[in-house]
Amino acid sequence: MDSAFVDVLQFLIMGIQRGSIYAMVAMGFNMIYNATGIINFAQGEFVVLGGLMMVTLTMGFHLSIVFAFILSVLFVMVAGILMERLTINPVKQPSVLRLIIITIAVSIIIKGAAMCFWGKGSHYMRHFSGSTSLDFYGATILPQTLWVVGILCCVVAAYIVFFNYTMTGKCMRACAINRDAARLAGINDRKMVMLSFALSAGIGAIAGIIITPIIQMDYARGAMLGLKGFGAAVLGGLGNSMGAVVAGVLLGVLEALGAGYISSHYMDAIALIILLFVLFIRPSGIFGSAEAMRLKEF
Amino acid sequence: MKGKHSAGFFALIGAIMVMPLLVTNDYYLGVLTFTAFNCLTCVGLCLLMGYAGQISIGHGAFVAIGAYTTGILTTKLAWSPWLAMLCGVVLVLVIAFCVGIPALRLKGHYLAMATLGFASIVHVVAVAAVDLTGGPAGIVGIPRLNLFGYVLNSDKQYFYFAWSAVAAGVYIALNLIYSRVGRGLQALHGSEDAAASLGINITAYKVQIFMLSAVFASVSGSLYACYVNYIDPGPFDVMHSVLLITMVAVGGLHSIWGALTGAVVLSLLPEILSFLSDYLQVVGIQYQPDYDTLVYGGILLIIMLFLPEGIFSGISSVLSRVRLLFGKTAKGTDHAG
Repeated sequence: MDSAFVDVLQFLIMGIQRGSIYAMVAMGFNMIYNATGIINFAQGEFVVLGGLMMVTLTMGFHLSIVFAFILSVLFVMVAGILMERLTINPVKQPSVLRLIIITIAVSIIIKGAAMCFWGKGSHYMRHFSGSTSLDFYGATILPQTLWVVGILCCVVAAYIVFFNYTMTGKCMRACAINRDAARLAGINDRKMVMLSFALSAGIGAIAGIIITPIIQMDYARGAMLGLKGFGAAVLGGLGNSMGAVVAGVLLGVLEALGAGYISSHYMDAIALIILLFVLFIRPSGIFGSAEAMRLKEF
Repeated sequence: MKGKHSAGFFALIGAIMVMPLLVTNDYYLGVLTFTAFNCLTCVGLCLLMGYAGQISIGHGAFVAIGAYTTGILTTKLAWSPWLAMLCGVVLVLVIAFCVGIPALRLKGHYLAMATLGFASIVHVVAVAAVDLTGGPAGIVGIPRLNLFGYVLNSDKQYFYFAWSAVAAGVYIALNLIYSRVGRGLQALHGSEDAAASLGINITAYKVQIFMLSAVFASVSGSLYACYVNYIDPGPFDVMHSVLLITMVAVGGLHSIWGALTGAVVLSLLPEILSFLSDYLQVVGIQYQPDYDTLVYGGILLIIMLFLPEGIFSGISSVLSRVRLLFGKTAKGTDHAG
């Protein structure tokens, strides 16, 4: 097999694995953004919290993967609900600046709490089904990467079903489109906001859980994961979750190719430079229409 | 300057003069000097956030650029620290101009994320560009500043020097607020469309104030580098940028005095907490410095939920209520008499 081809393939696999995580973080951003117009700066912290909780449950309490997975997601969802009830819901007539600082404060608190409970070191967690690499046309692929991609597909499928075929999902969409009109139609919009925080935290937790065996989670990863996830959300057009999935994977692939062919030291900067370029040139994202761009405030 | 502000300004000068007489311990003087660096950055940031209404979670990057320019030029090219500081200011002006023009077209959350992204990129470069910045190991041997051929060696001298820079910064900021430019900035904070219709060039105003606040940050970074004689990327991570807006927000966005209060309180907080931990131990609580982050977050959240105007205006509203109370009773006795 041609070694250049194998290299490209290896970078693509790396990129898709990273990108899947960015995609899920971006979906989390979008859910809260659609329901409230808020960008949740604590989104990356949900990912960290999910990953670290999973480490404790599987490595500390020796629970089975499936059981620990469900418990971790529920735990982070409760954290998301608490965040909404205690910090977002009580604030009446908030300014954007105040909301931004409130979500930053929550992210500092979660980060600080994670540091107190789990310490400063990074945590190892066993892979879901062995860590023996598989051979894929000359490139190597971890079984965990397949889990990451598979679970992303499941989350996307569940997302589509929930928002298109269930009453609650349709109510949430109605709130996103026009909150006043939705309220007039008898939808409890405050409940929908709470639900959006719960779901967003849940998706973040899933992302954290599935990536922890590969990257070894530590308390300080939230900011970077959140920032790159936001990059994916903007690239796909903020509020457009299917766009976010494509953009997330694309961002991961670009980052992996950049790390492979330009410089691995500047890897973290690549996704951020893309984020800045998108924000500066086309803040409506690659899938947003020019028409929508004129109507929206950036 | 208006009367109230000139009183505040003289109080600041007085406090700076008296402080080294009260605090004789070199360690605490050092802590207060670090406080001065944060104060200087926060005064600039307050002009941008409180007066022009533009958020920036990227000012740690400008501090880093100022510090690194000073570090690199003084150690590798053996330039004078003053010249290096000037170069840092020029470089930051250019970078702030290039970033500010596209970034300040954005609003709210988008602007916050763009500036946060910028800060992360600068941090990544500081870690990765080993040839230039020394990478994670940093730069050692940055010389101290000299004033008219007289090297600022003692902590006390540097304390006075750093705080004079803060006083100068406050003076500039207060003069700016009560000028045509300051009123223009406040107008565009209220409504950009209304300000534009009154003939204010909002893009130019926003970019200029962004550049000015970046210069404050850059000077503060240069002063920091010359004081500690050693820099590494650690203190310039994204968390530092977040901490800076935390200081401005906790103190009070809408006044220079608020930003100063916030910068002082949060810079001294680790010291206050380690002081309190001795007492907490008596009650049975083992306080560790690791909890600091949690306490920061908690304070920020509580202030934002219950005192969104910040500590400073919280205190002054309490004071004015007390005054009102006393005023009323005084009036009451008049009537009775």
